[in-house]
Amino acid sequence: MLADPHKTSGPEVEPRQPMLSVENLSTHFFSRDGVMKVVDDVSYKIAPGETLAVAGESGSGKSVTALSILGLLPKPAGRVVGGRILLDGRDLVPLSEGEMQHVRGNEVAMIFQEPMTSLNPVLTVGDQIAEVLIRHRRLSRKAAFERVREMLELVRIPDSARRINDYPHEMSGGMRQRVMIAMALACKPKLLVADEPTTALDVTIQAQIIELIKTLQQEEGMSVLFITHDMGVVAEVADRTAVMYNGKVVEQGATRDIFDNPQHPYTRSLLSAVPRLGAMAGHRRPMRFPVVDRATGLSDIPAETGETVSPGQPVIEVKNLTARFNLRGGLFSSVRRRVHAVENVSFSVQPGETLSLVGESGCGKSTTGRSVMRLMQPMRGSVLLDGEDLLKLDEEALYDRRRRIQMIFQDPYASLNPRMTVGEAIAEPLIVNRLASRADAHRKVGELLEQVGLRPEMARRYPHEFSGGQRQRICIARALSVEPKLIVADESVSALDVSVKAQVINLMLDLQERMKLAYLFISHDMAVVERVSHRVAVMYLGEIVEIGPREAIFGNPQHPYTKRLLAAVPVPDPARRFIRRPISNDEIRSPLRAVDYVPPERVWRDVSSGHSVMDWGPEWEARA
Amino acid sequence: MSDLPIDALPATAPRPKRRGLGYFLRRHPTVAIGGGLLLIMVIVSVFAPLFTAYDPIRIDPGMRLKPPSAEHWFGTDQYGRDIFSRTLYGGRVSLLVGISVALVATLAGIVLGLLSGYVRMLDAVIMRTMDGLMAIPSILLAIAMMSIMRASITLIVIAIAITELPRVVRLVRSLVLGIREQTYVHAAIAIGNRTPRLLRRHILPNIIPPLIVQATFIFAVAVMIEATLSFLGVGTPPEIPSWGNIIAESRIFVMIAFWTILFPGLFLAIMVLAINILGDGLRDMLDPRLARRM
Amino acid sequence: MLAYAVRRVVATIPVMLIVAVITFLLLALNPGDPAAILAGEDATTADIDMIRESLGLDQPMPVQFVKWITGVVTGDLGMSIFHGRPVLEMLMARLEPTAMVALATILISVLIAVPLGVIAAWQAGTWIDRAIMVFAVASFSIPVFLVGYFNIYVFSMQMRVLPVQGYVPLAQGIIPCLTSLILPSATLGLAYSALLARMTRSTMLEVLNEDYIRTARAKGLSISPVLIKHALRNAAVPIVTTIGVAFASLLGGVVVTESVFAIPGIGRMTVEAILQRDIPVVQGVVLFAAFTCIMVNLIIDISYSLFDPRIRY
Repeated sequence: MLADPHKTSGPEVEPRQPMLSVENLSTHFFSRDGVMKVVDDVSYKIAPGETLAVAGESGSGKSVTALSILGLLPKPAGRVVGGRILLDGRDLVPLSEGEMQHVRGNEVAMIFQEPMTSLNPVLTVGDQIAEVLIRHRRLSRKAAFERVREMLELVRIPDSARRINDYPHEMSGGMRQRVMIAMALACKPKLLVADEPTTALDVTIQAQIIELIKTLQQEEGMSVLFITHDMGVVAEVADRTAVMYNGKVVEQGATRDIFDNPQHPYTRSLLSAVPRLGAMAGHRRPMRFPVVDRATGLSDIPAETGETVSPGQPVIEVKNLTARFNLRGGLFSSVRRRVHAVENVSFSVQPGETLSLVGESGCGKSTTGRSVMRLMQPMRGSVLLDGEDLLKLDEEALYDRRRRIQMIFQDPYASLNPRMTVGEAIAEPLIVNRLASRADAHRKVGELLEQVGLRPEMARRYPHEFSGGQRQRICIARALSVEPKLIVADESVSALDVSVKAQVINLMLDLQERMKLAYLFISHDMAVVERVSHRVAVMYLGEIVEIGPREAIFGNPQHPYTKRLLAAVPVPDPARRFIRRPISNDEIRSPLRAVDYVPPERVWRDVSSGHSVMDWGPEWEARA
Repeated sequence: MSDLPIDALPATAPRPKRRGLGYFLRRHPTVAIGGGLLLIMVIVSVFAPLFTAYDPIRIDPGMRLKPPSAEHWFGTDQYGRDIFSRTLYGGRVSLLVGISVALVATLAGIVLGLLSGYVRMLDAVIMRTMDGLMAIPSILLAIAMMSIMRASITLIVIAIAITELPRVVRLVRSLVLGIREQTYVHAAIAIGNRTPRLLRRHILPNIIPPLIVQATFIFAVAVMIEATLSFLGVGTPPEIPSWGNIIAESRIFVMIAFWTILFPGLFLAIMVLAINILGDGLRDMLDPRLARRM
Repeated sequence: MLAYAVRRVVATIPVMLIVAVITFLLLALNPGDPAAILAGEDATTADIDMIRESLGLDQPMPVQFVKWITGVVTGDLGMSIFHGRPVLEMLMARLEPTAMVALATILISVLIAVPLGVIAAWQAGTWIDRAIMVFAVASFSIPVFLVGYFNIYVFSMQMRVLPVQGYVPLAQGIIPCLTSLILPSATLGLAYSALLARMTRSTMLEVLNEDYIRTARAKGLSISPVLIKHALRNAAVPIVTTIGVAFASLLGGVVVTESVFAIPGIGRMTVEAILQRDIPVVQGVVLFAAFTCIMVNLIIDISYSLFDPRIRY
């Protein structure tokens, strides 16, 4: 199961000794509460010049295999207890710390998930890259800095001479990740270990980084161990794939084979939970994810949800919403610049409908969600809930009407008060709004827990006893307690594992069908959005650039930004791997403006019924 | 997302059993040691009459400066007073002052800190005042306040509490500002919580643990400052035995009768040490749990 | 950068004002009558009134405050009731011993505490760490005056190595001066370095858990640049902050140390003034101490930008 016979480009793989051979690796974590077998008898190989993806969800042990290879396990808790790690024939496990220090950064290099925190904030970027060269190649400072400039150009950072002296906080996330890559590749390592390097990045930036890694791999001829949970990314980058679950490798092989013909039930359930962009073409309404039985590997046939949308008066109507934040600075803390977070946004949501707001960081979707809930007061505009403007109500009336819209947040770990039991949390909206007595509330909590797929006796437990997916279900139960008409879901599934995400989305669709709930679904994940939405609004720099029914936006995108966004989404289809996409190397612009900036007048164009797009200026034409 | 399977708790797992005190103490040895020592000191001080027959202020000119013996376990001072009983009774002052200061400073600090965190207009005023108070060394401020009025335990408590107040206010304020940004507070507001209930149910319960740790350390500092003030002559009035007093009165005799200073000093050091160890232990106990829960 | 510095300086003004108000209130709350004390026991009411007028004590409080404040700003801290000399002059005369003790203490403490804290953090969980921490917590639990007497007993009386009490001015030679400083600064330094070591350790522990330290290790760097170049520089801001915040306690400790070691500094002067009810002196000392603390913290604030390039606007 070595070379992929379908490869048309890429380096020739000779049946040589593998660059990396992990054999029966076992890593255990020891604590006062016992032993955790985080990595259990795992084996995989990477040939020279090949990319292997290790895919899995959280708790699978995939990152720990990487840390084991580099000897970076947290001491004294983590230890490799068995197996061999052969790098170009040499076993790394018995090496001392001193010997490993010569291997790290030199023969094996690693890049991590969070570019925002992985660079030292008090040292310049140039200094941090030069360090590796000085340490392993014994270059003088001058020679090292010359090399640094070359490296910065290699990773396509413009204006490298100036950037050398920048500090990390002066760079964006995408640029920092490029710096990390430059640092890793400086000594031309034989193996690059990439631990979720694009997960924390926006989707267009993610596409750029993936292209960069693929290009550099070919140029340098190195092997890559790519760890990720995103099957779309796996399909794009990997020659071969190993799927991990619960510390073991459950399936391994050529990426093509894994995707076309998954054998193990876990692999099947994982792949079925991955939304594929374009899979919804031909379906008019949102569709559930197929549920695969983990034991048998058999899948059910997902059906479209029923008709839930009612015509007539919309649940909410947002008109001309504008929100700006002042940034102060200087000697007298005067207003220096403004963030135009939301600029003249208007939309409406029908009862039983799901409208998604999509966009990348800084586009204003979260701020819009908060304004709709009146968790913050926007500068201008109105939010009509059943005809009344929520933004103009006085406190008493606000607290009364607020029941009709509820919100679920992104971080299931932070949304629940750690000191309240789950039952108290779910009952709180009822108690606070005096909608039920304590006894009634107690009963209702039991019913709600069952509705979201949990059990009533769980009400006595505390949030920290539950997993992320379960906590999100609890948050949904809490939101449902007051029988709202609309739920604002602010990136509510983004922080969840792939399979858990699918389960929670299925739950949300079920609830919508049963209760005719409307959702304002805020997300950056285009593939998920395609699955759940009736209508979609694409946001950029605080404005809606295109809005319309889901089939129209995904099937017939008009605005260049929408097209760019769709092009950047990794598609879990290995056949498309060698199609080089036109990726512009632009940064995402920020909505930060000068104080005297006046937003331009916008003109809208109707493409078809319900589908409108904003007219765009010449700056969009200049790009891809 | 962490790779460690920390809470992949299956829905059917039973609730962990409630373990006993012994288990708790074994897992948190610092709390056990600090708390235990402190408890011993509290018992011997509060129940001093049970442990000694001598009156701490009774003078006995015939027994001056006697070294420790079977009758006087810690010896006698220059007035013939039994040092053992003086040491035990002296502990009462330290405990009383220490606990009172911790309570007063913490309660006042919570009020001021909450006001500061919630009412923006008061924030600047309160914080500047606290900055000013912090700029003056606590001993100096306490000494200066003691010199204004007649010495009494109440005055000491107030003086020391004022010097420790800024620390609590800053802590409460930063905690409040931090917690207000937490998602569950936003969620609570979205549900319909108004400010009083928000404070009561969501904010205060999450402030309490760090405050308990802080209060413990204030307890220790208060004991030390009271002893220092008494040592300098501006603390507890001399007719009430306090460790600082005892040491101050006998310090000129340190060369010929070191026991007059040794024992009160030892007790003082041990009590402060016990409280500090307890505080450390509490902090370690409450911290990782907070991190895991949050 | 300059704007930042100017803003920090401006920010200290309200604080100093508050300190001035607090200090002034010390006089206002004093039940004793300075005029009567000055006049003596045989004075008549008329005499006392005359003295009161001459001291300006018959004016309403706010007026007195303004007069006093203008005096302070121009350097006039009033006259000592007991000694009849200008307070400022008395302060300056006794400044050197206090300053020397304080400086020596800070230097010794920082040089000992920071490396100890770094080592404790690096070896967290091992016996080295535990030993250092036990030593630290014990050291700052023992009140300064006890440590002082212990040191005197051991080093001066039993071993007869160091001078028991007193201070030798710089003018008389640097070695004798430093020798006389050893015991007092070691005494005070014990508590101060214990505090610093604890703070250094906890800050370093937080820093060592950061992602960029993992990156530094992944680059194959040896432990020394990881600890110092990468970790310590990030820990510098909180550590230096602690040095500044603890400076106030240090000054308090100096007062006690001077008492124990009979050093003719500002601390002892204060204690005497308290017992003599010499309010202007007490006020002057409190003001001076607070002013010094504020200045020290200001310098530290401004120095942040040296360590952390993010603090530069």
